[in-house]
Amino acid sequence: MTVLGVYCETCGKPQADNEHAVCRARQEINPPRYCRECRRRMVVQITPTGWSARCSVHGDIEG
Amino acid sequence: MTVADTDVLDIAREVVLERGEGLSEADVLRALRLPDERLPELLELAHQVRMRWCGPEVEIEGIISLKTGGCPEDCHFCSQSGRFPTPVRSAWLDIPGLVKAAEQTRATGATEFCIVAAVRGPDKRLLSQVKAGIEAIRASGNDIQIACSLGMLTQEQVDELKAMGVHRYNHNLETARSHFANVVTTHTWEERWETLLMIREAGMEVCCGGIIGMGETVEQRAEFAAQLAELGPDECTMNFLIPQPGTPYENYEVVPGKDALRTVAAFRLALPRALLRFSGGRELTFGDLGTEQGMLGGINAIIVGNYLTNLGRPADRDLAMLTELNMPIKALSETL
Ligand code: SF4
Ligand SMILES: [Zn+2]
Ligand SMILES: [Zn+2]
Repeated sequence: MTVLGVYCETCGKPQADNEHAVCRARQEINPPRYCRECRRRMVVQITPTGWSARCSVHGDIEG
Repeated sequence: MTVADTDVLDIAREVVLERGEGLSEADVLRALRLPDERLPELLELAHQVRMRWCGPEVEIEGIISLKTGGCPEDCHFCSQSGRFPTPVRSAWLDIPGLVKAAEQTRATGATEFCIVAAVRGPDKRLLSQVKAGIEAIRASGNDIQIACSLGMLTQEQVDELKAMGVHRYNHNLETARSHFANVVTTHTWEERWETLLMIREAGMEVCCGGIIGMGETVEQRAEFAAQLAELGPDECTMNFLIPQPGTPYENYEVVPGKDALRTVAAFRLALPRALLRFSGGRELTFGDLGTEQGMLGGINAIIVGNYLTNLGRPADRDLAMLTELNMPIKALSETL
């Protein structure tokens, strides 16, 4: 199950906005950029086979 | 009958397919203006040209961002420019991360690994990081060929990279000379050209291409193809704009698939002998079907896996596609 979180990982706006159709459509090409809990911009490193993203408060996620 | 009356594909058959010479700017423009009904014929001819002058092999490359974001330049398409409010934050990859990325790339069958940094040009710190990275990749037993893309270079830096064993250097002209100042204001097209000449002179392979869909006219696409043909790069990398949030181009339209295919085929007719690589924007512009059409329309090189700030489709899907298309992957021994 995907946990949506409070903020959109692609654009950083509240999920409740319901304006994330483009964000979702482009999820396959965009790694997360914003922390879904606090909307801080994350430090993202992309590698040929994956990505990692770090929020200074909420830690690392990987995909 | 005048030359202008002769069908452009007949001219291309004679000049490009038979003689292996690039199509002129005027004829590239005519190819770019062919109606949709003639697109299959254009793609087929571009494919024949690629098979005749390059062969069936496909070169596979992986790329890695060594230094991401925070670039002082203002290329309007780029999410790594520090001048635009984009979500991309600065990051440096460490040496173990670089070695691992090279390993992952080699495991796909790729023969080329390109180390990229978001900079105007490299400083001492970046060059020493690249040097240490290349040494560590070699020490790990990985024999993949190494390319770099580190912006504009001085002669001294060119010589240093050559001495490190870098065999190809990527530096894109990005767009037609007449359009460049609309896209970038912090440096000139001519400065980029200078770097490319130094690379060639030093005996490294030249990789140069650009991005389609940055507001250029169709005439400027033809102009760009002609300027690339004048340069004569070993590889031409074809990107299609991904409108990046926060950049001046964030609301630009994605290039329609048919226009994109026409552009691929027309660039193949301008550059019959170059590696023509599908690069950024492939997934968004072409999708799965368009990717196959492009592979059968002049493309003979791809980037597998992820890009610098965007994700690609998984490498195994591209490898399965090549198997299905009966296109062998270029092996390392053939490139040495
Ligand atoms: S020089 Fe490269 S990294 Fe810097 S803004 Fe231009 S394209 Fe982006
Ligand atoms: Zn969103
Ligand atoms: Zn957070």
